[in-house]
Amino acid sequence: MALSLDDVRRVAHLARIAVEEAEVERALTDLNGIFELIGEMEAVDVAGIEPMAHAQDVVLRLREDAVSERDQHALFQSVAPQVEEDLYLVPKVIE
Amino acid sequence: MHHATISTLARQLAEKRLSSVEVTRHFLRRISTLSARYNCFITVDEEQSLAQARAADALRAAGRAQPMTGIPVAQKDIFCAKGWLTTCGSKILGNFVAPYDAHVVERLNGAGAVILGKTNMDEFAMGSSNETSHHGPVRNPWDIETVPGGSSGGSAAAVAARLAPGATGTDTGGSIRQPAALTGVSGLKPTYGVVSRYGMIAFASSLDQGGPMAKSAGDLALLLNVMAGFDARDSTSLERDPEDYTRELARPVAGLRIGLPREFFAQGVSPDVARSVDGAVAEFRKLGCETVEVGLPNMRLSVPVYYVLAPAEASSNLARYDGVRYGYRAPEFTDLMDMYKKTRAQGFGAEVKRRILIGTYVLSHGYYDAYYIRAQKLRRLIAADFTEAFKRCDVIMGPTSPTTAFRLGEKSGDPVQMYLSDIYTIAVNLAGLPGMSVPCGFDAKGLPVGLQIIGNYFREAQILNVAHQYQLATDWHTRAPRGID
Repeated sequence: MALSLDDVRRVAHLARIAVEEAEVERALTDLNGIFELIGEMEAVDVAGIEPMAHAQDVVLRLREDAVSERDQHALFQSVAPQVEEDLYLVPKVIE
Repeated sequence: MHHATISTLARQLAEKRLSSVEVTRHFLRRISTLSARYNCFITVDEEQSLAQARAADALRAAGRAQPMTGIPVAQKDIFCAKGWLTTCGSKILGNFVAPYDAHVVERLNGAGAVILGKTNMDEFAMGSSNETSHHGPVRNPWDIETVPGGSSGGSAAAVAARLAPGATGTDTGGSIRQPAALTGVSGLKPTYGVVSRYGMIAFASSLDQGGPMAKSAGDLALLLNVMAGFDARDSTSLERDPEDYTRELARPVAGLRIGLPREFFAQGVSPDVARSVDGAVAEFRKLGCETVEVGLPNMRLSVPVYYVLAPAEASSNLARYDGVRYGYRAPEFTDLMDMYKKTRAQGFGAEVKRRILIGTYVLSHGYYDAYYIRAQKLRRLIAADFTEAFKRCDVIMGPTSPTTAFRLGEKSGDPVQMYLSDIYTIAVNLAGLPGMSVPCGFDAKGLPVGLQIIGNYFREAQILNVAHQYQLATDWHTRAPRGID
């Protein structure tokens, strides 16, 4: 299944990665090459097969509904690009 | 000292013939002289390492030493280590000093081991040659114009060049086993769920596993004893009774049934690799093992299935790198969306971006069933092939990689060519089985060949036993590259 230039632009937007117009062609060629590889899956009949997410038959563990973490926000925010009054700063979203 | 195994060093430390400070200093000195040639370390911090070494010596003086106490271990830069720069081979984490320890790091520190430094790796573990790192490619100590394999190329090269007696690695599609094969060292990927992924920067959550790399199976068992174990902070960590992975090492292998998949020995394997692997199988027959041909008919689907599942999971796991809470943020942007897009475009390398785009596409509306769900169904078929094969054999063997180390730049132009170098390792990750690579010979140019040994679920002790018995009968694993002394 071959992609189009529009597919590349759409997916880049979904992935929040800027792709310059000049790079979109190159990205398309790369991605189409990989999709040719993936296309080999098409030939197989998968009727009646359950998807496999995990090798072992496990379920998500439950735990006590009790506080287990302690406040370490100063430590975790020490690596942030921009912090003010314990808030992470980003460009304004609402005009 | 640097040719000694961890077992030997541990004995010398226990007998007080060496101190941890002496051992650590020895390796740090070697790293300062040789590491630049191979580019296998991203971060070295002599002060931190020596402080840990002194603490290890104090533990020993107080009579509280454990088997790994005082042993320096290099940590792949995918493991968060508190106070250490942890980059994952990426510009987007180029300034990230981890505020916490990964479970694996916590366990090794708790056993009194010493962090020798953070090793170079393919960016976000995506690669088979260690050429995608933001910190430059790693060079294979056997021939510096060739790749060490990836993504744990730095850890493999460090052990091969005797710059570290052991190292941690991670394996999602072969990233411990393939670099071990290309650099002539031993490496093991455990059964999925045996080593906690807490603090191990996520690439593909249903496939990632941390594991040890060292010069011998005995050393791998010592490292695995510390690394393995239940961790409540990893939702996929399995609650099982603790194991001593050294307990079966000494068992004779006579009568062992070795499965040889016809798909592992078809065309595509280089003649030198085939010859060395055939030689290893012959050695096992001499030890009294039986061989039986088995079939893994769906193995040919493993590369396409992997390149749907792994990028899909990666696109989700790497969505967190947005310049908001940690890591790189683009210096200039207009609004929030622009900040996200520029941060990620500038912070990620080409291969990572390619995989995120593929992953985003196969998970997007209209394509999820056709790609992701289909791939998961094929995954079950691939796993079922192994279960069927293990009814007729105890372990499965074959080449780890179809070729020996290729030249830098040889495959980096065509992503698909690079992906195909994982053809024998990927199915093991898809099935969640334990697998190892051990050295079994050299090609005509003197480059190492690796033998892959695959076990049934939770049979790490058995494959370590098989590898150990092979290493008692042969000496491939003792060979070191020229120019490292």
